[in-house]
Amino acid sequence: MRDNSVEHEPQVQLSFPQSEPAWTLTIVPNASLISVPFAELWRYRDLLLLLVRRDFVSFYKQTILGPIWFFLQPLLTALMFYVIFGQIAGLSTNGAPKFLFYLVGVTFWSYFAECFTKTSESFTANAQLLSKVYFPRLIIPLSIVVSNLLRFTIQLLLLILVWIGHVVKGDIFPNATLLLFPLYLLLMASTGLGVGLIFAAATTKYRDLRFLIVFGVQLLMYATPIIYPIGLAPGKWRDLMLLNPLAPLFESLRYGWLGIGDFSVGGLLWATAFAFGVLVTGVLMFNVTERSFIDTV
Amino acid sequence: MTVVIRIEKIAKQYRTGEIGTGTLSHDLQRSLARLRGRPDPFARLGDLNHQSGASSKNPAINGTELQQETKSAGYVWAIRDITLDIASGEVLGIIGRNGAGKSTLLKILSRITAPTSGRIQIRGRIASLLEVGTGFHPELTGRENIFLNGAILGMGRNEISQRFEEIVEFSGCAKYIDTPVKRYSSGMTVRLGFAVAAHLECDILVVDEVLAVGDVEFQQRCIGKMKSVSDSGRCVLFVSHNMGAVSQLCNRCALLENGTLAYCGNVNQAIRKYLDSGNTGSVVLSENLENDFQFVSISTCNPDRTLASSFSFASPVVICFTYQLNCRIDGLEIGIRVISTNGPMVFSTLRSHSTTQPVRVGRHTIEITVPGEFLNPGDYTIDAGAHIPNQRMLDLRESAIGFRIEEAGSPFSQYAGTQVGLVYCKCAWRDT
Repeated sequence: MRDNSVEHEPQVQLSFPQSEPAWTLTIVPNASLISVPFAELWRYRDLLLLLVRRDFVSFYKQTILGPIWFFLQPLLTALMFYVIFGQIAGLSTNGAPKFLFYLVGVTFWSYFAECFTKTSESFTANAQLLSKVYFPRLIIPLSIVVSNLLRFTIQLLLLILVWIGHVVKGDIFPNATLLLFPLYLLLMASTGLGVGLIFAAATTKYRDLRFLIVFGVQLLMYATPIIYPIGLAPGKWRDLMLLNPLAPLFESLRYGWLGIGDFSVGGLLWATAFAFGVLVTGVLMFNVTERSFIDTV
Repeated sequence: MTVVIRIEKIAKQYRTGEIGTGTLSHDLQRSLARLRGRPDPFARLGDLNHQSGASSKNPAINGTELQQETKSAGYVWAIRDITLDIASGEVLGIIGRNGAGKSTLLKILSRITAPTSGRIQIRGRIASLLEVGTGFHPELTGRENIFLNGAILGMGRNEISQRFEEIVEFSGCAKYIDTPVKRYSSGMTVRLGFAVAAHLECDILVVDEVLAVGDVEFQQRCIGKMKSVSDSGRCVLFVSHNMGAVSQLCNRCALLENGTLAYCGNVNQAIRKYLDSGNTGSVVLSENLENDFQFVSISTCNPDRTLASSFSFASPVVICFTYQLNCRIDGLEIGIRVISTNGPMVFSTLRSHSTTQPVRVGRHTIEITVPGEFLNPGDYTIDAGAHIPNQRMLDLRESAIGFRIEEAGSPFSQYAGTQVGLVYCKCAWRDT
């Protein structure tokens, strides 16, 4: 096909319309809003894994305790709650062993909180990288979800250890709904990712929302029944709390693991609907922002 | 030859100034003020007031007139109406002054930002090299960063493993491949980054000014690698200010001027047009005068101080530049390089070779006289730089201005068109 005599001319002859192969990529001003480029995300799966690896490795390199930090965080937090809320404040846990009660809440909550906060920072934290090279932008939030999952799995081992201890001791009554916990995890991931994407898109334009995220998450932790069972809240407060889509998740979680909690199918349906809705909204806002955020970030 | 990139009427518009006020609370205040008919609390002095109508003191301002003005204020077209076809096997150079829109075009091609209008169609895999060492994490070792960087650029893990040895060898960092990158010197980081990028398997390679970093040896390696990429039939898009590299590598050249395509075709023609553009013999270099040292303008003149851009062989070339020095800097050195547009640097000269007086603070002009009967006929560009030797670069202007030495009257005029060397050296010939 190559005609060498044509090569030296500055003008290019375009005269093979029948034999031209199809275009592989078209760049246009407006992309479809709802689309998720699954094929492209699959092609970049190696990048996803390498980003997860990078997050992990850079976390504990040149630290003295290394991976032990993954255990220390939930352990020390639960311990602190045990002392402050369990002993000093004397908050009731409806009969469940206090330390385990807090550990369950803390382990799962930290998964949600990390998903949310890291995702919402993902644009601004990676602005340098994103302004120089192209890869499907959703890879970054997805890598955050995956690396948090790995971190959670490690912390889950600690939880299971303590839990087994209590099972042997005989002061908790777990039941079959315990096996539903991967579903709860999925809903938490989905909610965290969705709200994170919404905030990621919004913070590219309004940087002060970042502050809202940091202390908002802290306040949300107190508003969710993590340190106390929802039964402790009087009538109207309880209804208000049930509006929080995370509340039924934690209650059902504790019902399965400890045997004490407020398992409600209605609540779970609400959590599912919210998770789905917020994820769709998040992806939409992300898509809208992703193509031109480099111009405004 | 199949067309691999088809650019159709691409345009990109940017909003200038601040996008909103940057905080939600301020934006809300601004909207609230607008609703109440009050002036914008965050407008800067001199900005057009967005409020018109009842509260306006000047009833003569027609509402639509003000509306039109505010609509167009604050928008700028970075590139406008660019249409271009690039075929496989071509090495296309893209040149233009700073702000001509070259990087914007590359960003759109690399899908980093979206165009405002128009369409681009691409055939084959496109890989962009806009910065060397993208995504390098300082805590990871060189080995880990090769994989990370390669994946970011679009290579699969297997591809990288296959090429790993070649990449390490090309970078010359084999001994340090297992130390964290934060320990590397800047030169090593650049070499490693380029080594990864150089081994990208792609049909179209887009390179933006990466030759601006690194030493001469590294630059030669980059050029060599790009040559081999183009020899293997792939398409290369190359943006550079280095006219020498452009003329060495490219077989076609596009000139961008103020966001539009001014010329596309023969390389030497494009370079000549680039040097001639706005070249009345004087170029204004910068408006931003906040840095410690800034070149303000540069010009080439005859010995009688009239502006000129071409000179006869015998005539000395006087290079005048105006600079602004805001505070005294010890050890400040200013130098210029004269570079032939065919590539090589002909010579460089430093201010300290001529005078040891410190550079005066404030805005001053310096003249440099290049003796006549020295540079052979041809086109040259001048780089101007101010630095503290071996410490830091304060201001560097590459290809700041160009000039030409004419054939007429030179001792080699009958050899016009052949290479007779860059300089004229009066050697003594004696029959013994």
